[in-house]
Amino acid sequence: MSESSRATGGPPSGQPQRARVILDAADINRALTRISHEIVEANKGTEDLVLLGIPRRGYPLARRIAEKIAGSYEGFDPELGLGQLDVTMYRDDLRRSTSRTPQPTRLPARGIDGRNVVLVDDVLYSGRTIRAALDAMADFGRPAVVRLAVLIDRGHRQLPIRADHVGKNLPTSVDESVKVYLEEIDGAAGGADRVQILAPAAGSEDRP
Amino acid sequence: MRHLLDTRDLSRAEAVSLLDTADRMGEVGQREVKKLPALRGRTVVNLFFEDSTRTRISFETAEKRLSADVINFAAKGSSISKGESLKDTAQTLEAINADAVVIRHPGSGAPQRLATSGWIDAPVINAGDGTHAHPTQALLDAMTLRQHRARLGGTDTAGTDLGGLRVAIVGDVLHSRVARSNVWLLHTLGAEVTLVAPPTLLPVGIGEWPVTVEYDLDAALRRGQDAVMLLRIQRERMNAAFFPSAEEYSRLWGLTPERLAALEAAGSDTAILHPGPMNRGLEISSAAADSGRSLVLDQVTNGVSVRMAVLYHLLTGPQAPHEEGHHDR
Amino acid sequence: MTAEKYLIRRARLLGERTADLLVSGGVIAEVGEDLEAGDARVVEAEGLIALPGLVDVHTHLREPGREDAETVETGTRAAAAGGYTAVCAMANSHPVADTAGVVEQVYELGRAAGWVDVHPVGAVTVGLAGERLSEIGAMAQSRAGVRMFSDDGKCVHNAVLMRRALEYVKTFDGVVAQHAQEPLLTEGAQMNEGSVSADLGLTGWPAVAEESIIARDVLLAQHVGSRVHVCHLSTRGSVEIVRWAKERGIDVTAEVTPHHLLLTDEKARTYDPVYKVNPPLRTEEDVTALREAVADGTIDVIGTDHAPHPVEAKECEWSCAAMGMTGLETALSIVQLALVETGLMDWAGVARIMSEVPARIARIEDQGRPLAAGEPANIVLIDPQARRTVVPEDHQTKGRNSPFRGLEVPGAIRATFCHGHPTVLDGAVATPRRDA
Repeated sequence: MSESSRATGGPPSGQPQRARVILDAADINRALTRISHEIVEANKGTEDLVLLGIPRRGYPLARRIAEKIAGSYEGFDPELGLGQLDVTMYRDDLRRSTSRTPQPTRLPARGIDGRNVVLVDDVLYSGRTIRAALDAMADFGRPAVVRLAVLIDRGHRQLPIRADHVGKNLPTSVDESVKVYLEEIDGAAGGADRVQILAPAAGSEDRP
Repeated sequence: MRHLLDTRDLSRAEAVSLLDTADRMGEVGQREVKKLPALRGRTVVNLFFEDSTRTRISFETAEKRLSADVINFAAKGSSISKGESLKDTAQTLEAINADAVVIRHPGSGAPQRLATSGWIDAPVINAGDGTHAHPTQALLDAMTLRQHRARLGGTDTAGTDLGGLRVAIVGDVLHSRVARSNVWLLHTLGAEVTLVAPPTLLPVGIGEWPVTVEYDLDAALRRGQDAVMLLRIQRERMNAAFFPSAEEYSRLWGLTPERLAALEAAGSDTAILHPGPMNRGLEISSAAADSGRSLVLDQVTNGVSVRMAVLYHLLTGPQAPHEEGHHDR
Repeated sequence: MTAEKYLIRRARLLGERTADLLVSGGVIAEVGEDLEAGDARVVEAEGLIALPGLVDVHTHLREPGREDAETVETGTRAAAAGGYTAVCAMANSHPVADTAGVVEQVYELGRAAGWVDVHPVGAVTVGLAGERLSEIGAMAQSRAGVRMFSDDGKCVHNAVLMRRALEYVKTFDGVVAQHAQEPLLTEGAQMNEGSVSADLGLTGWPAVAEESIIARDVLLAQHVGSRVHVCHLSTRGSVEIVRWAKERGIDVTAEVTPHHLLLTDEKARTYDPVYKVNPPLRTEEDVTALREAVADGTIDVIGTDHAPHPVEAKECEWSCAAMGMTGLETALSIVQLALVETGLMDWAGVARIMSEVPARIARIEDQGRPLAAGEPANIVLIDPQARRTVVPEDHQTKGRNSPFRGLEVPGAIRATFCHGHPTVLDGAVATPRRDA
């Protein structure tokens, strides 16, 4: 689960929040296209490239990126280079947050040993989710290199972690919350793909 | 959910969530590194007032796979034989800051007593109490049945219940905590339960249980069952005249080679479950236990997974109710 | 004889007419309106109900042997606090009250304590073992003058032995009080057998284990022409058997406890052993039948089966816990709640089932008498309007195992006079008699 946004419910009732759309569907698509090219460039091709999405919204983003790469470059098969990495059991806030049902971890058949892994998530905030992801990955193998791609970097890092590929840098205050809507997760009821910023975020479920 | 004392307390949503988590936990068992850090630094005490190597090993494996520190406390008979009382034992565990207590006890209700007495604050997990309840056994049975159905249907287990599944529970229901916990959980998950037993081994007063009662195993099997769950028969029961002889019991209520052959002939997908340890030749024939229908080893594997799921759900999340929904920044 | 004089002013005798009672020299000297106090101390009883002092045919005082659970001193003080002026002390002490020596010891301890009259019950069989008769004659002719014999806690299940006991006690106008529990049907039994025991996985205690013994015993009593008393009836079926026996003219009396008139086996769902008792709490249907049976006279008396236990005997798992509940200090309130406030019984009826008939069954001549001039001054004054919450820690008994903890109950004992001496006065325990 992403650090930023458990956005299925919309604003809590009785809490009027001003929702501002930061990225619309076309913006998201453009950002993912750019990230796809950056990833291949940084990887010097598609060899040994593995995209690991972090549930829940990181995974559909990783899949979209994988499809874009497969469409533009030879030699990349999303079936072999795409996976999902659940980090729930590695979080450092298990004793505080409501306990959550873990999501499946699905790694490509060849695993991640010696490969070039790109972790994909929707929003980068405190960095704690990524720390958990790095720990989780260590239990599955030893990648040659690990990079990080995120759709939104909203700042306020609490750990020495940075993203290699960012869709949009979004300066925020900690009172605000950032919500990402993706068709694969939120369905038709969630509306079009978009990124929203909500302020003030009283009672927000955000966890830096 | 603060404790796990009985499946009767579980809602459908809670049960499905536990089973979904258990499925994830099951994947950990397939990995090279079979360990998750979720309970790192937490202390879980296995308080066993009754021998059960199988259950203790299963819990211990679950606890260790979640990185908990494990203390095994074999207190067999200590309370009943006028040794240390349950209260003193509980307060000892409280004093060493146990984060959870897994209790197995020959007396029905002892886990509830521990959970509600105020002697200890930690979550209590019932690992089998007297002839009352064995909730993790029922959960592992449900997990096994859910997998069985998904396998047959080529579907995913996630989020599903056991709606419409027909399950026959056969044998010593009277003395069985496994049967009781299964009745409530299977009902909650939507299964149709038939209890099959001689009347001597059925409790008086089960008219309100959500089950069909049948004395004739063949009739129950002929009606079609998706699964048959055999209960362990203790040979000493026949000395108390619950049935005339092991041979007669086996003939009338055992899953004999003949009954197995009848299932084969009918072309059914009926699965065979047994909580173990099995009395081969009494309630279950070797032919049945070793047949392709037998899910007995799946049950053992799933036992670790559901216990991991239960420990995870009880030991994570806000520990005090007033903290619920409030997140530290 | 006591020189104490009290004028109880404007009490409602048996809840009926209002009168003054002049107590002097251990007896009721005069009953009338606007009596002169003279040198008597005045006890204002406006709004209070006066009944003859309560008599419990079924008390466990635990002494000798289990003084950690109760002593004659604490148990009888509890009895006085509950409005009692006499108790029958059950025989299951250590040693068992199966000899003249033990019953005289208990009798003397009771006299020395001075809170109520203690009438020891003698064991039917030696050591309650159910094998041979104890020295019933010696106990009957001892200073304790035992008339009631019981193996309570255990059933005299051997039919021949029961027959002999019923026959033999006739010599002394005695009665056998049977604890009706077929032992083989109740091996390891933990609670009433029914839907709750099925859910809880606790070994069931079938009603038939009680009813079959009662049926046998009333037929035996008829056959040998003796009288039999049935302790603590707990099932509807038992009521029906006793009703049938009485219709046939069999000399049977029956007793019920306050807790069986109020609580059901649903309480066991807590697994709190404070609700573990012998006979077990039964169903709502049984409770209803028991209440009706008291109202129609099928059940003759209330017996508390006051059974104090040390804290550790209940502070454990259900299956390890001792059976029994305290009752002396809550009995009248529970009877008021279950029988009076439900309209099943008036206060004269309460006097009958808690004083007059119990005394008659146990052959206690100076208890359970009318509130009339010349009668022994055994009197309890009750405030029926009072409401109180049961706090076992405030009780006089050593036992804290009251199943009514936290329950708001009606009625309070304002005063208890035992042979003219106030053991309870102004709603508080006063002093024991020192002139007995």
